[in-house]
Amino acid sequence: MGDSWPFTLIYQFIKPSSLDSILESSMNINQLKNQHLWWRAGFGPPADRVKELSKQKPEALFHSMLKVSGKKPDFFDVADPQLKELVSQPMSVGKLQGLRPEEKQMIRKQSVQDIAKLNLRWLDEMTNSDAQLLEKMSLFWHGHFASKTVNILYDQALLNVIREHALGNFRDLLMNVSKSASMIQFLNNNQNRKSHPNENFARELMELFTIGRGNYTEADVKESARAFTGWGANLQGGFDFRPRQHDDGIKTFFGKTGNFSGEDILEILLAQKQTSVFITRKIYRFFVNEIVDEEKTNVLATQFFESGYDIRSLMISIFTSSWFYDRKNIGSQIKSPVLWLVGMRRQLPMEIQNPLVQIVLERLLGQVLFSPPNVAGWPGGKHWIDSSTLMLRMRLPQIVFRSDVIISKPKDDDDVMMGMRDQTLAKNIKRLRNPGSQFFQAKILWDEYIKNFKETQENAVYEVIQDLLLQKVSPVNENEMLLYIDESDREKRIQSITIRLMGTPEYQLC
Amino acid sequence: MLPKFLKAFEGSVHAINGQKVLVVLQLSGGNDGLNTVIPVRNDIYYRERPGLSISREKSLVLNDEAGLHPSLTHLKSLYDEGNLSILNNVGYPNPDRSHFRSMDIWQTASNSDEVLNSGWLGRYLDAECMNCSKPSQVLEIDDMLSLALSGEKMKGIAFRDPQRLYDTSQDPFFKEMLHAGFHEQGEDPGSYLYKVMAETVSGADYIFQQSKLRPSETVYPNSEIGKNLKTIASLISSDINTRVYYISLGSFDTHVGQQAKQEKLFSELNEAIKPFTDDLKSRHRFDDVLMISFSEFGRRVSENGSGGTDHGTANNMFLISGGLKNKGILNEMPDLSNLTDGDLNQQVDFKRVYATILNKWLQADDYKILGRKYEYLNFI
Repeated sequence: MGDSWPFTLIYQFIKPSSLDSILESSMNINQLKNQHLWWRAGFGPPADRVKELSKQKPEALFHSMLKVSGKKPDFFDVADPQLKELVSQPMSVGKLQGLRPEEKQMIRKQSVQDIAKLNLRWLDEMTNSDAQLLEKMSLFWHGHFASKTVNILYDQALLNVIREHALGNFRDLLMNVSKSASMIQFLNNNQNRKSHPNENFARELMELFTIGRGNYTEADVKESARAFTGWGANLQGGFDFRPRQHDDGIKTFFGKTGNFSGEDILEILLAQKQTSVFITRKIYRFFVNEIVDEEKTNVLATQFFESGYDIRSLMISIFTSSWFYDRKNIGSQIKSPVLWLVGMRRQLPMEIQNPLVQIVLERLLGQVLFSPPNVAGWPGGKHWIDSSTLMLRMRLPQIVFRSDVIISKPKDDDDVMMGMRDQTLAKNIKRLRNPGSQFFQAKILWDEYIKNFKETQENAVYEVIQDLLLQKVSPVNENEMLLYIDESDREKRIQSITIRLMGTPEYQLC
Repeated sequence: MLPKFLKAFEGSVHAINGQKVLVVLQLSGGNDGLNTVIPVRNDIYYRERPGLSISREKSLVLNDEAGLHPSLTHLKSLYDEGNLSILNNVGYPNPDRSHFRSMDIWQTASNSDEVLNSGWLGRYLDAECMNCSKPSQVLEIDDMLSLALSGEKMKGIAFRDPQRLYDTSQDPFFKEMLHAGFHEQGEDPGSYLYKVMAETVSGADYIFQQSKLRPSETVYPNSEIGKNLKTIASLISSDINTRVYYISLGSFDTHVGQQAKQEKLFSELNEAIKPFTDDLKSRHRFDDVLMISFSEFGRRVSENGSGGTDHGTANNMFLISGGLKNKGILNEMPDLSNLTDGDLNQQVDFKRVYATILNKWLQADDYKILGRKYEYLNFI
C-alpha cells in the first residue's frame, strides 16, 4: 500500500508558522490592517476599493464605514402581495384553520418561496451595501437571536427589527426581539398561559440571550415564565398582549419581589452586570478572536454596561483599538459560509444566473439564513469544517470559474418542506444525472477585477494577488504554483492565480 | 517523522474478522410507527384511524397483537429467522415536535432541554482515537456529514461513492498544498484546516482502495439506499477499520397522503435490505453487524384530515443482526389508552439503546461518550 500514500515526503519539511512570514512579505502593513477590518467589520474588501487599501489609514476607513452604517436601513419586504392579502384581515391564528385547504397550502408554499427570496435579498445586501458594519452586526444578532419559523412575515419582521437596532441600543433590540412574532412562536410564548406556563422563552432568554448559563436558578426560570404569560403574536406579525392569560401575581426574580411584567424581567436582566459581560464576550469571539482575552473583554463590558448598552460605542472601542490589529487576531478565524460566499462575490464581482444555487451552497456548508441549527445559533469556528465542507469550499472557485456542476445533494429540511417538494432544488436539476446536482451558472465580471492590477509589474502579479486575497500567507510559493497557472496571457494568468488562491485553505481564514 | 494520524491509515490496522460493526439507518421526517408495527388487536388504533389503519388481514402477522406493514416482507422474514427484533415506545422525556430540534436531540444524545454541538458517534470517534486520527472509523454514506458523526475533536467522513470521493480529493493541487503546508502542530484554525485536508485526502484514498478489495457481487436495486447498502457491504468485507456506518432514508413526513408515501419508502427499504442481509450472511459477517433504525419522532395516534398524520412522540426501532440475544418483540406494544395530549408516552429512553450498543457492541466507554450512565438493555 506504500505507493498509494501521496505524502511520504511531507514529513521531512516542517516549516515555520506561516504567520511569521507575513513580516517578510512586502505587503504594506496598512493594507493588511484594512483588509482585516473589511473582513471583520464587513464582508471583505470590494473590488472597487482595492486601490485605497494600501493608502488609507485603518482609522479613516473605519470611520467612513461607521458613517454609512449610521443611516436607517431600508426595510426588506419580499412577501408576496397575495399572501399578505390573505392574512391581512384581522383574524387570529385559530381562524387560519378556517381557510380552505388550497389557501392554506398556498400560504405555506408561498411562504417557503418568499423566505428563500428574503435569504437571497439579504445576501445581495451584504454583497452590495456600503453599510457593511450594519449588515455584519445584523448577521451576528441573527445568530444570537436564533429563530426559525416557516412564516415569511415573521422572518421578515424579525430581520427588520434586528437591522434597525443592530448598532443601536441592546435594550431596544432585546425588547423588540422578545416581542417579535417570530420569537414568540419559536420559543412557544404563544402557549405560555397563566394556567399552563411554558418556560421555553424564559429559559433561553437567560441562557442564550442575556446572562448565560450558571448565572440564574431554576426558580428564576419558573418565576419569569409567569411574567411572560399572555405575550402572544397575531397572524400579521404584530405583538398581541392577552391580559386574561397573564399572571399578574407576585413573582420573585433575582432576589426582587413584585408584580413583574415581561418588560420588568428584561429590565432586571439588563441591570445585571453579567449580561454585559456575556454579550461582550460573544461579540469579541465573533469579531475579534475565538480565544477570549478576559482582561480586554472585562474593560469593554464595563464600558458597555455604563453606556446603557450602546452597541455602536462598543464596536467603536473594538475597531479603533490597537490590539484589534494584533497579528494573533489577523487570519485567525474560519470564515462562516455566508461570509465566505459574500466575500467571494465582493472580491470577484459576478452575475449569478441561478441565484438559488447560493441557498444550496448554504445548505451544503451548514449555514442557511433563517434556519439556524438550533436555539443556540451556529456554533461557528471549527464546526464549519469537515471533510465534505472543506472539499466543497476549496473546489468551488473552479466550479464558478467554469460554470460547472456542484455534485452534492443537501439533506432534506423537513421543517421547511413539510412533506412538499424541495423547492430550492426542484428547478434546474432534471438534466443532470446525479440527483441534487446543481450548476453554478455565473458570469464573473473580470474587467472590474483585473483593472486593479493594471499598473502591477509582471513579476509582482502573483504576490500582489496573494496579498489581496489571503490574510495568512499560503505556504505554496509561486514556483510550486506554476503548474496550475495558465500563463498564456496576462489576463488568463491573473484569472488562474486568483481562482487557485481562492481554493486554498488560507482563503477559508480571515 | 510520520504524523500519527497518517500512520493510522497505513496498512496495518486491518479490522479483525469478528469485529463488531454498527449500521445506523435514519428514517428522516418522522416515520409513523403505528403503521409500521401495527397494533392489530387494538380498537383505539382502528377508531382513531378510520382511513389510514391497516387491517390485521393485510398486515404481516408477527404475533397475536402485532403485524408488520405489508411492504416489509423481507423484514418479516428476518423477524421469523430471529434476526430482527422490535423495541417499542422509544423516545425521551419532554418530547419536541420540531424535526430539526428532535433530530438534534437524537443525534447528539442530549436531553430535550439542552443543546450539544457534537454527535454521539462523533464522540465515540473522539473516545476511540484519543491519540490518533482515524476518521474512517465512522462513515456516512451521504454528501453531507450529519451532526451525529461530528465529535468535539474529530469528525467522520461523508461520501456518496468511494470512487467520486477519491476523484474529487486527489486533485494534484490539493496535494501540492498539503505537501507545502501541512505540519503537525497546533490547535489554531489554520492547522485544523490542513489536518482535515490531510485526513480527507488520505482517508479518501484508503476508503477507495478498501472498496475495491472485495467488492460485493450481489445484485442490489438501483435505488439510493440500494447503492448505499452495497457500498457498505463491500466495505464491511474489506480490511477497513470502520466500525460505524450511517445512512438516511426519507422523507417520512407524511402529513398528506401517507399511505402511498410510506408504502413507497418501505418498498425501497425492503428491496434493499434483502440483498444486504443475504450478502452479509454469505460472507459470514451477519453475526458481527447490527443495524438499527430510528426516526426523530413517531406520529400522532389520530389521523388528520388530509390522509396523513402529524408529528408525534415515541416510536419503535428495528434491531437487525445475526447476533441478537433477545429476539422478537422486546417489550409491550404502545398503550393507546394512556396518552398525553393524544400522543404516546415513551417507556424506553433512546439513550439506553445507545449506551447498550456503545458498551456491549462497540466495547466503548458509554459513560464518557454520553455523559451519563444509562441502564443497559439485553438485545445484544
